[in-house]
Amino acid sequence: MSTSSNAAAVEARGITKRFGPTVALNDAGLTIKQGETHALIGRNGAGKSTLVSILTGLQRPDAGEVRFAGEPAPPLADRDAWKARVACVYQKSTIIPALTVAENLFINRQTEGRVINWRAMRARATALLDQYHVDVDPSGLAGDLGVEQRQLVEIARALSFGARFIILDEPTAQLDGPAIGRLFDRMRDLREQGVTMMFISHHLEEVYEVCQSVTVFRDARHIVTSTVADLPHDALVAAMTGEHAVTYEAKARTVDEKAGVVIEVRGLNSAGRYHDVDLTVKAGEIVGLAGSGSSGKVGLAESIVGLRRADSGVITINGKRPKPGDVPSALAAGVGFVPQDRHHEGFVPLLSVGENATMPIAGKLGRFGMISPERRRARARTMIQELDIKTEGPDQPVGDLSGGNAQKVVMARALVDDPAALVVINPTAGVDVKAKQSLLGSVEDAAQRGAAAVLVSDELDDLRICDRVLVMFHGRVIKDVPRGWSDNDLVAAMEGVSHE
Amino acid sequence: MSDRQGRRAPTLPKTPAASANGSGPAPALAARPGFRLSRFRDLTLVPVIVVLLIVGSFIDPVFLTPGNLTNVLQQQSALALVVLAEALILIAGKFDLSLESIVGMAPAVAVMLVISTGDGGFGLGLPPAMAVVLCLLIGALIGAFNGFLILRYQLSAFVVTLAMLIVVHGLHLGLTGGKSLFALPESFTYLGSAVWLGLPAAIWITGVLFAVGMAALGYFRSGRSLYAIGGNADAARAAGIRVERVVLAVFVIGGTLAALAGILETGRLGGISANQGVGWIFMVFAAAVIGGVSMDGGKGTILGALTGVLVIGLVENILTLQGVPGEWKQLVYGGIILVALMISRLAGGRAQD
Repeated sequence: MSTSSNAAAVEARGITKRFGPTVALNDAGLTIKQGETHALIGRNGAGKSTLVSILTGLQRPDAGEVRFAGEPAPPLADRDAWKARVACVYQKSTIIPALTVAENLFINRQTEGRVINWRAMRARATALLDQYHVDVDPSGLAGDLGVEQRQLVEIARALSFGARFIILDEPTAQLDGPAIGRLFDRMRDLREQGVTMMFISHHLEEVYEVCQSVTVFRDARHIVTSTVADLPHDALVAAMTGEHAVTYEAKARTVDEKAGVVIEVRGLNSAGRYHDVDLTVKAGEIVGLAGSGSSGKVGLAESIVGLRRADSGVITINGKRPKPGDVPSALAAGVGFVPQDRHHEGFVPLLSVGENATMPIAGKLGRFGMISPERRRARARTMIQELDIKTEGPDQPVGDLSGGNAQKVVMARALVDDPAALVVINPTAGVDVKAKQSLLGSVEDAAQRGAAAVLVSDELDDLRICDRVLVMFHGRVIKDVPRGWSDNDLVAAMEGVSHE
Repeated sequence: MSDRQGRRAPTLPKTPAASANGSGPAPALAARPGFRLSRFRDLTLVPVIVVLLIVGSFIDPVFLTPGNLTNVLQQQSALALVVLAEALILIAGKFDLSLESIVGMAPAVAVMLVISTGDGGFGLGLPPAMAVVLCLLIGALIGAFNGFLILRYQLSAFVVTLAMLIVVHGLHLGLTGGKSLFALPESFTYLGSAVWLGLPAAIWITGVLFAVGMAALGYFRSGRSLYAIGGNADAARAAGIRVERVVLAVFVIGGTLAALAGILETGRLGGISANQGVGWIFMVFAAAVIGGVSMDGGKGTILGALTGVLVIGLVENILTLQGVPGEWKQLVYGGIILVALMISRLAGGRAQD
């Protein structure tokens, strides 16, 4: 029970935490064994983030206790003691872009003495990065790092405090396939060195890939803890949703052979992104684009919707040729799209659900540039209903919604004008299982209504709704895979392995 | 350096990943030369200063004389202190517009506390020597009040200090009745008028304070924490920096520096007019921003801010020597600031923010 050497690395028992009227955690807890990689799974709002802030000593539980290696957690004010026990790589980057990598690693502890010795600090940074095999220049600006490298720097920093327990809060949300693979290799490496990890992710297959055990939270409560082997996929989803939902079943659809071509791309080139891409999508067809982060799939999709200008080649949509690199003209041609980064290009957080969803059709909601609030609200209400957006109503700011619901607003914006061509980029990034299903469902519904759809995704599960999947590798389309592919086929093609 | 990169790659397990990994380190490599350049980003105004010195020497033979250059530095020393204060606040990711009002109000009220009613004071009979301390204290208090409002009520620093700009100046006007103060204690005008080792004391004081600022922001944890807070306050908090305490301290230091600037200006001019400091804030921001201090926080250096002050000082001096009429100076100032911005943008190679 007490301080024996084989005590659990982390134990949280009977944790209750309230924020005003909401109960974020209700008598929940978990135990992570020494040296184990443990997944914490739950839908948005299940209480995962609250548990993270309690386990990292940022918040005090109203009831319950946390123990590290059998000993009670240090007092909240003793930050250093917490840092020596638990490290966390938060979902939101805690890197300061304007400072060098070295300084980011040793922020607020640049020196033991009074005066900072920059050379010595850089040397310490180099040693630390070397120790964890992080291939980053310590004197480069942290802001110049890519997502993957930034994350590695954060992991190295987290470990440098001496903690042997590290929390990874949705580390894969912003990474592409190969980068996720490299992160997992690193996690296995750390595990071999005896580091205990708690891994949070929305992607269940990742849990099976790197974790030995899993805990599921639902509605602020602990539901189940099990080894991953004893909790198959469907049971895991059932534990998360509280119902026996199965993995998303793609709807049975057939594409009419005689349907007209809606999206036609001929000889499209963009230096450094993709080369000589041809693509045709018929009305009612969903075409997937798969590939690694450097495959050019996102760049291609962005060119179709006018977010990016191709160097050469022709894009025809619905018989029209929108001006290259011009979003309004693509929209006028009948494009609706969900951009890659919803926070960046997807919505305006301070504006209401209604205003965000109807942004592309503002001109149709009134005359002479006026917008009728009544018509907007009415239109928004239909969209909220169709997409099952959990919101107080059309007037709630999108910034208040959960990730999944915000993404549905972005989807609503894409669908609001009943597009002839729908381009969707990573629609399910960072959203929970149920939201994922309804988002994919709405793409299928749009295709059913006769839209031609392009779906770019890093998720194999998402791509199952596609009638065919084009695999891209280093900027070229190397394979056209019809429905009914196996995971291995597609992954091999994406990694360029089967490319003769 | 680059061989280290090459040696590292094979330790990454799994071959397909390693092949794709080729794209991984690339951004860091590409970023490297940019960073080396950016080291000198706070010096991008140096060419501008050189050009100004050359142009000035051609325009007027007086320009390059030690007497004239000393004059430039002394005239700018008060403004420079306010720029120093604003640079600290901007780097910490905040804003303070009220500094210019402190420049006038703090000395005025401090002096009124010690002089007799006949000279326009309150006639409290406080020892005249206390005026300097009182003045600094008033500046610190106003800074603390700004910081308190911004932190305690989570208000926008821009709006709070805009209001305080008006309030503090209003207090100055109200208390003095809009009149200038001339009956100043000798101790109060000393710092702004004395000459130490052949240079005005004001230049020494400003120089030393800039050196202290550079050292603090370059080599001390507390100074570096300003960059962390301005760059990403949440990350700074997660790193154990007491964000609120540091920001409050920065506002207090800012207010104190502005009050000191007021003392130097008062000593130089020998009186406190009702509009001392009025309109400075535009020059202060111009100097800080062309000197490379970002309005978004977390970026810039004290040395950069200093070069910004020098550019503005030299331009002003050249215009005066040229006899440009006062009415046209504003236009020329504005134009020169725009040009300096464009030059530093081109030299720095990065989008201004």
